Amino acid sequence: MARFAVLVFPGTNCEGDVLHALKTVTGQPAELVWHKEGSLAGFDAAVVPGGFAHGDYLRAGGLARFSPVMEPLARLAESGRAVVGICNGFQILQEAGLLPGAMLRNRSLSYVCRDVRLRVEANSSPLTLGLPAGATLRMPVGHAEGNFRADQDVLDALEAEEQVIFRYCDEHGEVTEAANPNGSRNSIAGVRNRRGNVAALMPHPDRAYEEALGAVDGRRLFESLHRFTEA
Amino acid sequence: MTFRVRVLVRLRPSVYDPQGEAIRRAIGADPHLSAESVRQGKVFDLEVKAGSPAEATQRAEAIASKVLANPVLENFSVRVLLD
Repeated sequence: MARFAVLVFPGTNCEGDVLHALKTVTGQPAELVWHKEGSLAGFDAAVVPGGFAHGDYLRAGGLARFSPVMEPLARLAESGRAVVGICNGFQILQEAGLLPGAMLRNRSLSYVCRDVRLRVEANSSPLTLGLPAGATLRMPVGHAEGNFRADQDVLDALEAEEQVIFRYCDEHGEVTEAANPNGSRNSIAGVRNRRGNVAALMPHPDRAYEEALGAVDGRRLFESLHRFTEA
Repeated sequence: MTFRVRVLVRLRPSVYDPQGEAIRRAIGADPHLSAESVRQGKVFDLEVKAGSPAEATQRAEAIASKVLANPVLENFSVRVLLD
């Protein structure tokens, strides 16, 4: 059995979706954890959901890393357990130094809210464990700052270590600039840390996990997370 | 004593600035105006307690590097305001 923590900061707004997705897809217990909590004892994995933590004041995700719960979150990551970020959760994990890079304003300057396709690049992460490399998934994005940036040497290292787990692609699985919704370097939609237990993506699997939502591919990411906790 | 310190946070020169570029194009839309480039940044005015301007600068630099700027994208400069 796995027990999932879903972190909630003031301004987080996807915690209900993530909680419901975790429970219905994995059948495992999941609980909301307020950002003032000083402990994540008893949890096997944590998800940082989307929204606008602390209003995204200063920078997207920029103030969340000073919340008390980030200390036990870092310890959970150090212990090798799964830590996963979605959208604003990705930005928070970057700001906390748990994942590389940073998000710049979208190239278009617009908030982008539409379905995208993702190509699975590496299955060595809690979001892609057991998924075949090259598989394409459909789910929506909804963000204004998802334009992945990192210095060239960092990008080169990410590619060399297979830390890029998802890339934006077209319906044929081809990675093209037209399929890149935000201008991300190397069309990066998701990455993992070197150790392979912290991972995040900008698109929303929590908005694509049952037929009623119009897309189901997000299920596979929550199933992967469940497998990771059992591995 | 209390010093007023101004911190400027800018995108690093190597980072493309989509907002600055959009502003540059908007400037160019007015036939009387033009700019070769625009880079947008942020200004933070802090009040810090310190024994000297040098110490105030040091304190502000620590705040800027830890909180105000994200080193992946941004750099910063610090100046004590004397008035």
